[in-house]
Amino acid sequence: MIAEGGLAALWIAAAMALVQLVLGGSAARSGAEELMRATRKIAVVQGLLALGAFLTLILLFVQSDMSVLLVATNSHSAKPLIYKIAGAWGNHEGSMLLWVTVLGVAGAGVAIFEKRLDGKTLAATLAAQAVLALGFYAFLLLASNPFLRLDPPAPDGQGLNPLLQDPGLAFHPPTLYLGYVGLSVAFSFAVGALLTRQIGPAFARAMRPWVLGAWFFLTIGITAGSYWAYYELGWGGWWFWDPVENASLMPWLAATALLHSVTVLATRDGLRAWTLMLAVVAFSMSMIGTFLVRSGILVSVHAFAVDPTRGTFILALLAIYIGGALALFGARVGTVTQGSTFQLVSREGALVLNNLLLCVILGVVFIGTLYPLVAQAMGQQLSVGAPFFNAASVPVALALVVATMAGPMLKWRKDQWGALGRKMMLPAAAMVTIVVVLLVAMPGTPIVPLLGLVAAAGLAVASIVPLLGRKLRRTPIHIYGMVLAHLGVAVAIAGMASDTAFKQERLAAVRVGETVAVGSFKAKLTEIRPIIGENWSALEATLSIRRNDGDPFRLQPQQRYFSQPVTTTSEAAISTMIDGQLYTVLGASDGQGRYQIRMWWKPFVTFIWLGGFMIAFGGLLAMVGRIRREMRSEDEAE
Amino acid sequence: MMVKPKHQRLALALAALAAILGAGGLALSALKDQAAFFYAPGDVAGKPLPLGKNVRLGGMVEKGSLTHEADGVSIRFTVTDGKAKVPVAFRGVTPDLFREGSGVVAEGQFQADGSFAADNLLAKHDERYMPPQIAGKMHKTETLEK
Repeated sequence: MIAEGGLAALWIAAAMALVQLVLGGSAARSGAEELMRATRKIAVVQGLLALGAFLTLILLFVQSDMSVLLVATNSHSAKPLIYKIAGAWGNHEGSMLLWVTVLGVAGAGVAIFEKRLDGKTLAATLAAQAVLALGFYAFLLLASNPFLRLDPPAPDGQGLNPLLQDPGLAFHPPTLYLGYVGLSVAFSFAVGALLTRQIGPAFARAMRPWVLGAWFFLTIGITAGSYWAYYELGWGGWWFWDPVENASLMPWLAATALLHSVTVLATRDGLRAWTLMLAVVAFSMSMIGTFLVRSGILVSVHAFAVDPTRGTFILALLAIYIGGALALFGARVGTVTQGSTFQLVSREGALVLNNLLLCVILGVVFIGTLYPLVAQAMGQQLSVGAPFFNAASVPVALALVVATMAGPMLKWRKDQWGALGRKMMLPAAAMVTIVVVLLVAMPGTPIVPLLGLVAAAGLAVASIVPLLGRKLRRTPIHIYGMVLAHLGVAVAIAGMASDTAFKQERLAAVRVGETVAVGSFKAKLTEIRPIIGENWSALEATLSIRRNDGDPFRLQPQQRYFSQPVTTTSEAAISTMIDGQLYTVLGASDGQGRYQIRMWWKPFVTFIWLGGFMIAFGGLLAMVGRIRREMRSEDEAE
Repeated sequence: MMVKPKHQRLALALAALAAILGAGGLALSALKDQAAFFYAPGDVAGKPLPLGKNVRLGGMVEKGSLTHEADGVSIRFTVTDGKAKVPVAFRGVTPDLFREGSGVVAEGQFQADGSFAADNLLAKHDERYMPPQIAGKMHKTETLEK
């Protein structure tokens, strides 16, 4: 009965979305106060129903109800509770349900909290959000029903891919989805504003916290996902440029451009059409990314062929939403009245440059991700990997760093080259110092990471400059947010460059009692023993490690064997130090008493994720600061 | 100097266009050098080898072909697609589900002697996940064997 309850909630939610569309549409036309209130209420009900359906699915997973097909194929009664819960969204149907749940809840959030936007635009926004929700309800109910029964019930489930049985990964998809689908709000705002033609600073100020919130979750999700891949896959890499990662990077790039351009719109009433365009593009990228991955087109052409209805359904939805929004944009863009103009050397000018460069990177990633599909259609099998993405995006990213240094130093409206030059003295000095230090101390540093380290040093100093000469206690919170985020970019780049240039690797087959050395570390294999976990067994190596003549410490990498489904995974053992990480992996045995041990010394690699979290929390600070300001100015107005 | 709004809009549109073209140009030129083509042993048998380029080789690890070198970290094996065979050399930790009779994709370069030097191996991960490049090819191969 529980499963049927969840299904019923979904159907009613879909009906509510239809009502929301009709009410919102007529409210946007007539502006009738009562219709608007009703639209808001319906949006809240719709969000709660979707949330209820999602919680129902989690309950079914927790109970291990094997009469539900999805539970039987993706869960197992012997799984730890946390992975039973996470199993609810670790599959196609469940993750689609999570997607519509976030969509519904985000719509409800807009209905409850959005008080600044004019009534008509808000009604149109909620109507647009309802259109989005309707399509995904239809997809869920007609092609991906998560509550499908299995008759007769399975004796037990087939288990969850062990790679996914990791606490970090359990909460990775929900975080990413909050980001992806949070961008739907920006999309609906843009559609609403295009319909009512109310585009200006007030609109931008209303949209900004939503963009910042979605961007915060997206940044957290990408950073956490990168760390997960780093320690779980056991390859020591932190970014693989695989389609799944690119699917999350593309909306992030668009959202990053959007949150900068929305500031131009809010402050200077410029870039009106461009900002609307970016809002449409950002969520389109979320949809393209998620659905290309979810439908299996990108991950496996094979899977797409297996279930053509799903793939076709998804493509149709994409075409309708993206095509529809772009058509609306094309029809209305001529009537979007011109915002203010600006000078090249100004904050706005730098932000335009930022937007263009971000869009170039986005374009490169987009082409590289989709090209194999196109080639496949033309009968050629190929893959586009890290060499392509690095070659095409790193130079643009370095140029972007330079723009990021200059942007916050420039005044709005109009500034002088000379003034900029004076402010750039400090970062320039930092960059020269780093070049000299690296050339003297590390003469063999390859050129790209060298440039990365130089850019990071310059940006680190430049990001602090906007605080100089300010009274720190009276500086608005959102300025601190910007400083923290830009500093985070510098820190992350420093980590990437340092790992690329200075990591040391050692691979050896050793017997118990033998020693392997990497960098300043000596690791002695003291023991190999079997151990038993909750739903796995493992072979565990004990390494006794000393750095130079320091105290010995232990690391215990494992090879784990799972029985449901049958899989082996390497569990890396990592020791984090102030200046980097020592990463150890246990490989296969050669059958004659030797075990493969792989070790990396990765200097300052932790900076990558530290920087990522700084960027995310910079966004959060900016959001909090902006909301507080809006509330304060509202109080003053009253 | 006052800029006319219309002109600025035009300039911005042109800048955006330039950015798109720049991205496209950058991507295409990099694709020409960096896209890794996928081969099955049967695709290269009796044809000139794509030497000096990063490519992918996919097929099955032939049963009985896996040998370990004395250093304990280097292996040799043969990849087959039922039509032809290519000997592969690899140094490193093999993926978790790499074994004889199972599907594999090797990333690396063909050598002048017809062998393949792999920098990286991708194996079939579990029942459900299969690297995309191998799924289509493996299907063909399995059908052939039956």
